[in-house]
Amino acid sequence: MTEPRFESICDFDLLIPGRGAAALLGDGTQVAVFRLHDDSLYAVSNRDPFMRANVISRGIVGDRGGEPVVTSPLLKQAFSLKSGVCLDDETVALEVFAVEVVDGAVRVGAVSEVKAGA
Amino acid sequence: MSKRLVVIGDGMVGRRFLEAVTQRDPSWDVTVLCEEPRPAYDRVRLSAFFDGVSAEELSLASDLPGVEVRLGEPAVAVDRDAKAVRSESGEYPYDKLVFATGSYAFVPPMEGADLDGVFVYRTIEDLESIKAHAEGRRHGVVIGGGLLGLEAANALKLLGLETQIVEFAPWLMARQLDEAGGGILKQHIEKLGIKVDCGTGGSRIEAVDGRLRMETNRDGVAFDTDLIVFAAGVRPRDQLARDCGIEVGERGGILTDLSCQTSDPDVYAIGEVAAMEGMCYGLVAPGYSMAEVVADRLAGGEATFPGADMSTKLKLLGVDVAQFGAFDGPLATTYLDPVNGTYAKLVLSDDATTLLGGMLVGNAEPYPLLRASVGGKVPGALADLLSGGEVDAALPEGAQVCSCNAVTKGEIMGAIHEGCHDVAELKACTKAGTSCGSCIPMLKQLLTEGGVEVSKAVCEHFAQSRAELFDIVKVTGITTFSELIARYGAGVGCDLCKPTVASILASLSNGHILEGEQAALQDTNDHFLANLQRNGTYSVVPRIPGGEITPEKLIVIGEVAKEFDLYTKITGGQRIDMFGARVEDLPKIWRKLVDAGFESGHAYGKALRTVKSCVGTDWCRYGVQDSVKMAIDLELRYRGLRSPHKLKSAVSGCARECAEARGKDFGVIATEHGWNLYVGGNGGFTPRHADLLLSDVDTETLVRTIDRFLMFYISTADRLQRTSKWVEGLEGGIDYLREVIVDDRLGICAELDALMEKHVENYADEWKGVIDDPEKLQRFVSFVNAPETPDPSIEFETVRGQKFPAGTTARSHAAPVALGIPVTLRSEGK
Ligand code: SRM
Ligand SMILES: Cc1cc2nc3c(=O)[nH]c(=O)nc-3n(C[C@H](O)[C@H](O)[C@H](O)COP(=O)(O)OP(=O)(O)OC[C@H]3O[C@@H](n4cnc5c(N)ncnc54)[C@H](O)[C@@H]3O)c2cc1C
Ligand code: SF4
Ligand code: FES
Repeated sequence: MTEPRFESICDFDLLIPGRGAAALLGDGTQVAVFRLHDDSLYAVSNRDPFMRANVISRGIVGDRGGEPVVTSPLLKQAFSLKSGVCLDDETVALEVFAVEVVDGAVRVGAVSEVKAGA
Repeated sequence: MSKRLVVIGDGMVGRRFLEAVTQRDPSWDVTVLCEEPRPAYDRVRLSAFFDGVSAEELSLASDLPGVEVRLGEPAVAVDRDAKAVRSESGEYPYDKLVFATGSYAFVPPMEGADLDGVFVYRTIEDLESIKAHAEGRRHGVVIGGGLLGLEAANALKLLGLETQIVEFAPWLMARQLDEAGGGILKQHIEKLGIKVDCGTGGSRIEAVDGRLRMETNRDGVAFDTDLIVFAAGVRPRDQLARDCGIEVGERGGILTDLSCQTSDPDVYAIGEVAAMEGMCYGLVAPGYSMAEVVADRLAGGEATFPGADMSTKLKLLGVDVAQFGAFDGPLATTYLDPVNGTYAKLVLSDDATTLLGGMLVGNAEPYPLLRASVGGKVPGALADLLSGGEVDAALPEGAQVCSCNAVTKGEIMGAIHEGCHDVAELKACTKAGTSCGSCIPMLKQLLTEGGVEVSKAVCEHFAQSRAELFDIVKVTGITTFSELIARYGAGVGCDLCKPTVASILASLSNGHILEGEQAALQDTNDHFLANLQRNGTYSVVPRIPGGEITPEKLIVIGEVAKEFDLYTKITGGQRIDMFGARVEDLPKIWRKLVDAGFESGHAYGKALRTVKSCVGTDWCRYGVQDSVKMAIDLELRYRGLRSPHKLKSAVSGCARECAEARGKDFGVIATEHGWNLYVGGNGGFTPRHADLLLSDVDTETLVRTIDRFLMFYISTADRLQRTSKWVEGLEGGIDYLREVIVDDRLGICAELDALMEKHVENYADEWKGVIDDPEKLQRFVSFVNAPETPDPSIEFETVRGQKFPAGTTARSHAAPVALGIPVTLRSEGK
């Protein structure tokens, strides 16, 4: 597997707890980064696979039965932030990206095959 | 030694079979010969390819254990003595062989049918060639006006071609519809700009000056065009079977019995190529049933084909078309409404008591009920059923409610009694509703019939109803979501409870909705103080109180729209909507609007929208009060008021009611002596005329009563409950409401008055609050790491002189819906 090449996105403090932000990676990929209330971080593809618009970062985050999720702001399907899988239609999933904080900066794994935690 | 299975064809049914067989009996060693360059894909949704859905997104393939798929390698011969299948490059011995070769598009023998620019409509490659050929061309003809032909016509329209359908039969969809139904459908299709010629057949095609010319069977009728698509039916691909001596049906197709076995006991046929007891099925669901049958047989089972319900419901080019049960019978009764473009026909037993079948065009709402009632009692008064009116009917237990998955009403009621409490749970335990979804309204009805009280809990995080949460927040004075969920809820919240609590906090005047923690609770619309559109841009709606606006302000709107290249439209709410604003432009747009004296119109929030007015005494010869001033005063009083759902109002200057006040949450109509107040009106989904609450009152009483009405509603309604449903749900109805807010029977009026006073005092324009606050402004960017960069994926095109999201002209009207046929299997003796 390819080693993730990390790209710095922004200061961690810029992210609002419980809300997402979109980032544009060097290769043009759009990633939605979420900071949850417990300061954990997740990154998934920003593209809504149902409506094909780059808006996932603008969804509300929360949990479904304990699984951290983001709901698409367009048609409100919930996606697991851990696996990217859509809980309302398991044949659809968002890509998941590696994400970390180094010296107060949020960095996202720029290689798309990289799965969070892998 | 493992058993060898060879499958010819990796289409929709072949793929379903592979999934079923590997699941049931993984010991087979499977080879699949796949003629197409890619593994199975969703042919039913093929047209979505023109709507921007990629080949990958249509794919149905996944890695299956023990299955080798040989792409682009068609079978060329079967040697039944040697028990082997041959391709150009290899030979594959089998113990069992399955034909899943599907159909090919039928092209009637016609001179010129092989010319460049003539196509069929079956594979992704076909669509790619059509698309390439259509580039820069103008006109296309589709031969065939059945299901497939209409889909193909839609596709050509999506490609921007002027489209002509030529159908040999005397009307469209002649297999599913009768003449009247086909006529209504034609009316709808022609309205979309597609031309239709029925009773016409192509006879000869020739190439003329780089274009095509098709002559027809009708004298003098010929079409000059750039591209011709044949969608005139399909034929089973049974040649390989014929060549090796396997029996075929009289009208083609590989002959099988109900277990899908062919005349050779080691060979099966499934899907469109199979002639099951002589009958070929051109739909995917019966094919899926066959796939399950053979998988079961190979695992030692005894399944047989359960029969197919050929009922169809689909939306073609935005038109509902449904057909169920028998096409014709001893007695038929019809209803035709040419003005609204609807047609219904019911086929009945000769005593008119048993429903045998029927068809619906233009409005397929009664379809689930009717389809489930086929073979049983007619489920209601004929007049209601035919005209699509309200039907109050109880289905028999044995009626099939979900025909995709063969689930009866009895099974669903059983599941409800065993504890299924919503549609999601019913889906999980009965499979009903999991395929085409057309039975879901029925499932909801059965839940109610089964006595399931829809829980009022807001979501899994709060067991309380919205009204209870409102009381908690009001009484405890809690001002943050985190404190509320920690003390009264569980988990971290979700997209249901967060906006609900945000709205409650806002109703109770807790400052700017994007302040501090509140920002993270808001729905995306509220978060950006604008309405999200399908392509990720936003719309901007400044408030225009009462619909009255000066020429200067109109010019400002025009200038802003020009500067930021926004699509403009007059809304149904007497104001102007500007669409297509990029998120990073919103603050700049609002800077200009606020400077010119505009405020947020709250089109994005569950809040007061507009108070519409008529011209009233100022101009109108009939007006008896100043309706414009009243509308403006009311709009300014309640602007920014957050509520369980949106609030709309209107004021008419006399009983002629030009402002449509009785269709509003609260409506005011002028009288000789003062004002009449109406509440609980609704347009939208379930229109309702408002009820008269007060008559002939003065302005002060009017406003005080509206204050209380709104605050009582805000304090006690459910999440997303409009006032109409709330008023209907009040025990004691409008009289009770009058007792509470006029006679103060509960002694709460002083508190309601105080809440509204607080709102009026604390109102501040939300947009002004943002553009003056650098911290809030920071969020209005597409990318945190590139604040200056607009989202490059957003593109526009020009239509009627204005900008629209890219793909607008091409956006499909047709959403192919899987057809309603059972795919479960009934095994005998199990
Ligand atoms: C722009 C407008 C259509 C137009 O071009 O005329 C419109 C556009 C939308 N309407 Fe509407 N409605 C508009 C007037 C109406 C009216 C007519 C009226 O207000 O006089 C109605 C029927 C009256 C009523 O509400 O009782 C109306 C009944 C709805 C409904 C159904 C409500 C219901 O109770 O059934 C929805 C859906 C909802 O709210 O859940 C809806 C939802 C919407 C949404 C918010 C859908 C969405 O979530 O994207 C649209 C957003 C527009 C945007 O992005 O700016 N719109 N909508 C009208 C804006 C009026 C305004 O100036 O604010
Ligand atoms: C545009 C369109 C819209 C449709 N809409 C609907 C709808 O709304 N609802 C519905 O129920 N049905 C619909 N259908 C029909 C549905 O797609 C078919 O019923 C279904 O695909 C049949 O599956 P199958 O596996 O039998 O055949 P196919 O999906 O056609 O698969 C057969 C495969 O076998 C391959 N093959 C053939 N011969 C060989 C060989 N010798 N060697 C190797 N491979 C071979 C073919 O290349 C093909 O890939 C639609 C069809 C089209 C074209
Ligand atoms: S409602 Fe009456 S006053 Fe108002 S415009 Fe209509 S006719 Fe004139
Ligand atoms: S899913 Fe129930 S009828 Fe199609």
